Amino acid sequence: MDFDVTSQILIIGVSQGCVYGLIALGFVLIYKATEVVNFAQGDLMMIGMFIAFTFLNILEMPFWLGFICTCASMALVGMLLERSLLRPMIGEPTFAVLMLTVGLGFLLRALAISLWGPEPKSIENPFVGNVLRFGEATIGYENLAVVVGTVLLCIALGIYFRYTKVGVSMQAASQNQLAAVLVGISVNRVSSLAWALSAAIAGFAGVLLAPVSLIDPQVGLIGIKAFAAAIIGGLGSLPGAMIAGIAIGVIEQFAQVSLPTSLATSSPYVLMLVMLVLRPGGLFASIQQKKV
Amino acid sequence: MRFLFRTSYLKDLEIFQHSGQVFWYGLLGILLLIAPLVLDPFYLGELSQVFIYAIAGVGLMLLVGYTGMVSLGHAAFLAIGAYAHARLMTYGVPLFPSMLCAALFTGLIALIVGLPVLRMTGVYLAIATLAVAEIVEQVLTHWASMTGGFRGMRVPDAEIFGMALEAPRPFYLLCLFVLIACIFGSLNLLRSRTGRAFIAVRDSETSAVSMGISLVRVKTIAFTVSGVFAGLAGALFAHRIGHLAPDAFTLLTSIQLLLMVVVGGLGSMHGVILGAIFIGLLPQAIALARDVLPQFISRSSGLEPAVFGAILIAFLIFEPDGMYGRWLKIRRYFEEFPLYRKGTFKRQRRFLTTERLR
Repeated sequence: MDFDVTSQILIIGVSQGCVYGLIALGFVLIYKATEVVNFAQGDLMMIGMFIAFTFLNILEMPFWLGFICTCASMALVGMLLERSLLRPMIGEPTFAVLMLTVGLGFLLRALAISLWGPEPKSIENPFVGNVLRFGEATIGYENLAVVVGTVLLCIALGIYFRYTKVGVSMQAASQNQLAAVLVGISVNRVSSLAWALSAAIAGFAGVLLAPVSLIDPQVGLIGIKAFAAAIIGGLGSLPGAMIAGIAIGVIEQFAQVSLPTSLATSSPYVLMLVMLVLRPGGLFASIQQKKV
Repeated sequence: MRFLFRTSYLKDLEIFQHSGQVFWYGLLGILLLIAPLVLDPFYLGELSQVFIYAIAGVGLMLLVGYTGMVSLGHAAFLAIGAYAHARLMTYGVPLFPSMLCAALFTGLIALIVGLPVLRMTGVYLAIATLAVAEIVEQVLTHWASMTGGFRGMRVPDAEIFGMALEAPRPFYLLCLFVLIACIFGSLNLLRSRTGRAFIAVRDSETSAVSMGISLVRVKTIAFTVSGVFAGLAGALFAHRIGHLAPDAFTLLTSIQLLLMVVVGGLGSMHGVILGAIFIGLLPQAIALARDVLPQFISRSSGLEPAVFGAILIAFLIFEPDGMYGRWLKIRRYFEEFPLYRKGTFKRQRRFLTTERLR
C-alpha cells in the first residue's frame, strides 16, 4: 500500500469513526448522568435522521433551520421517553432498565418503518459536492463536517461537565441519587435533562451522518459498534469514547482492505473483547471492579 | 390454605415441598406423556417448539432470573449448539453423544467469552454478548466450508430407538424428556451451595462477597451453565427446523428468549414454562392480529419486533414479576380473602449508587 492510499483510508476511517464516537457520546452521556445503559441510542440517531429528512426534504426548510429544529425536536423526544418509560423504572434493578431500552430500540425501529416506510432515503446538505485535497488524498466536505462537528461537540460537552453547575449536578446524581437529593439536586429533572441532551446529540449525529450514509430504519444497528467504542474507551469517559470510536473506524477501514470480509466486519467486536482481556476498564477507566 | 410445618432444614431444600405439588406435577407429567396418543401431529410439533424454547429459557433464567445478569446474544449460543450438533451428526456421531458434545462445546464458548467479561459489572456482559452474537453471525455466513454459508446446511436425519426422529411423536418425547431433565438439573443446582450463591449475587453483590462468595467464579459458572442449556436447545432446534441458516439466529431471536423469561416471571422455573408457552403462541396471535389491524400497520415488516418490544416494556414497567408473579398475587388474594393487604408484594426500590469509583 502506498502512502496516498493509506492516507485516503485513514481519512475515511477517521470520519466513519467520528460517527461511532458521536453515537457513543450520547450513550456515555446518559450513562454518566443516570447510570442507565441506553441500548436504543443508535435507534435514537436513526429517528433523528428521519426527523431531519422530514424537516429538510418534506417541509423544505433551509438547512440550518432544519438542523436546529431536528435537534430541538429530538430533545423533546428524549424528554418524553424519559418521562413515560424511564421515570417509572427509577429504583428498579439495572438489568431491568437495560432490557427496557432494548425493547425501546425495537419499538423505535418499528415506528420509523410505519411512519416513513422501509425504503432507504437520503438528504442533501450544503456540504455535499465539495472536496478538500491533501496531496493525492481527498476528503468530501460532508465527511469533514462530521469530523469538525464531532470535535466541537466534544469540547462543548467537556466544558459542560466540568464547569457548569448543571453538568456537575448531573455527575453527582449519577454517583449517588440519595446523596444528590440531600444536597438539593432534583434527580428527576437531571435525568430528563440528560435524556433530552443525549437525544439532541443523537439528532446532531443523524443530521451529520445522513448525507454520508442512507437513511434506513436499520441504520441504528451501527449503535452496537458505538457501544464497543464506549467500552473500549472506558464506559463513562467522554474523550475515551471519542478516541475509541475513531480508532475503531480506522481499524475497520484498514481491516476491510487487508483481511477477509468476515474478520473485517467483526473487527470492532474482536477489538472490544481483546480490550476486555487486556485492560478490562477500558482506555480511560472510570469504572473499577467493585471492591468490598 | 396450606400451612407448611418444616421440621428440619433439609425439608426446606426439597424439590417438592408438599404432597399437593407431587400430585399436580405428576398429573401434568402423565397428561404430557399421553398427549402424543391423543393430539394432532401439528400440535405436537408446536408443543415440541415450546419445550425447546423452555430448555433454552431454563438456562437463560439461571442467568437473568437467578444471577441477575443479562445476555443479549443468547441466539448465538443456540446457533453454536445447532451447528455443532449438525456438523457432528454429518461426521457420523450418534445422536446422544453428539447432542452432549454440542452442548458442552457451547458451554466452552460461553466460558471463553465470560472469563474476561464477568469481572466487570453486568452491563459489560450485555454488550459483550451482543458483540459475540454479531461475530457468530459473521462466522456462520462466511465460514462456508464448515457452516454452508448463506445457503446453510441440512441437518442429517437421526434415529432414536429405531424410530425416525423426524416423526412428530418420537421428537416430542425426546424434547419432553430433555426438558424435564433440564428442569430437575437446574432445580438441583439451585438448591445446592452454588445455586444459593447465584441468588445471593443477584440480590446484593456486596453482601455475597462478604459471605465469602467469589463473584467471578459464581458468575462464570452461571454463564457457562446457561450456555450449555442453550447449546442443548440448539441441538434440538436443529432437528426441529431441519435446515440451518444464519438468519434463524438473529438479534430478534435473542430478544425473544429474553422476552420469554421476563414475561414468564424472573426468578422462577414456572415462569420459564409460562414464558415459553407465551412465546410459542405469540407468532400465531400476531398472524391473527394482522387480519384485523389497519393495513399500514399490518403490512409493516416491523410489526413483529414492535410487538416484542412493546410487551417487554409493558411487563418491565407494570408487572416486573411476570405472569407467574401475577398468578401468585391472585392466588394470595383469594387465599387471604377478605384480609388481603395491599402492600404484600410491594417492591423495595433502591436508590442508585454508582459502581464507578473515583
